[in-house]
Amino acid sequence: MSNMNEQEKHFKHPSFYPGDAPETEHPFSLYISVWILLFVFSGFSYMVDYMNVEGYLRWFLVTVFAFLKAGLVVGVFMHMAWERMALLYAITLPPLFLLALAGILAVDGSFIYYIRDLFMSLTPS
Amino acid sequence: MSSQPVSFEESVPDNLKGLVSDWSSDVQTFKVRWSKAMMWIFLVSDTFIFGSFLSAYMAVRLTTTVPWPNTSEVFALHVGGADIPLLLIAIMTFILISSSGTMAMAVTSGYKKQRVRTGVLILLTALGGVAFVGMQMFEWTKLIVDEGIRPWGNEYGAHQFGGFFFMITGFHGLHVSIGVIYLTTIAVRVLQGRYDRLDDYQIVEVAGLYWHFVDLVWIFIFAFFYLW
Repeated sequence: MSNMNEQEKHFKHPSFYPGDAPETEHPFSLYISVWILLFVFSGFSYMVDYMNVEGYLRWFLVTVFAFLKAGLVVGVFMHMAWERMALLYAITLPPLFLLALAGILAVDGSFIYYIRDLFMSLTPS
Repeated sequence: MSSQPVSFEESVPDNLKGLVSDWSSDVQTFKVRWSKAMMWIFLVSDTFIFGSFLSAYMAVRLTTTVPWPNTSEVFALHVGGADIPLLLIAIMTFILISSSGTMAMAVTSGYKKQRVRTGVLILLTALGGVAFVGMQMFEWTKLIVDEGIRPWGNEYGAHQFGGFFFMITGFHGLHVSIGVIYLTTIAVRVLQGRYDRLDDYQIVEVAGLYWHFVDLVWIFIFAFFYLW
């Protein structure tokens, strides 16, 4: 290993990268069970449409199945479940700001709808 | 042999080399490779792009006083004399999930440095991506040619539907297409033995992160655009 150049040495310093340790190796069976679970959840959300579930129950079920699937993909397929907390939080917390964006836009969107509805009811057609 | 400690200025000069060294030094927050950390940070930024798209879609859908087109009607596929709602989308979803599954297996085989197995599994994943994009092209053609859906209007309801549909699924399809090129490149390099020579399959895991993200985005598009 004496002919290894500096860059390679840097990349191969195992103690620096606990994330690359053997515990990140998992049997195929784990991925196959997650795969099956993803199929099942997708099937469930498809059934919500197929069985014409409407209104809040529809939105609730569709959202729950989407987040369950997302959790499995990020946690197991992308190995986030085995990463250190420094990486976990740096990656998963910032997207929560999107909830604030969606919340503000929901309020604003409903208000615009109200104004438009009001305008149209006052406008002779 | 002098044991005099070398000063920082001497060991890390303030020039281009120093700049690279400063940014790649052992002042380290994330205890993973640089490539993996940077891929994750790229994916966070991409999350914000798709998150903003979907939030904007929600906002516009809330504001319109004209009913939103019924997606299970618009995306129905006519098979054997009956309209089956969202059939094509369901098949596309299953294909993309399956390609994520083969990619996860490729990453595991990569950890074990199984050259052929890793390469073949990545190629299978890329093939799933090609199938997905092909079906998306079919879907777009059907919507544009047969159903006359345009970014500025359609016959099924609110005019904004087309704009959001083409923008969101188009941007996702672009990600899948880029992913196919990316994965094919990595697969060829794996099969050529490049990562055996380096004794390092990390790049397979990094490429896997990108591919799983593409699947992740589709999960939300499927839920919020097609099913809501």
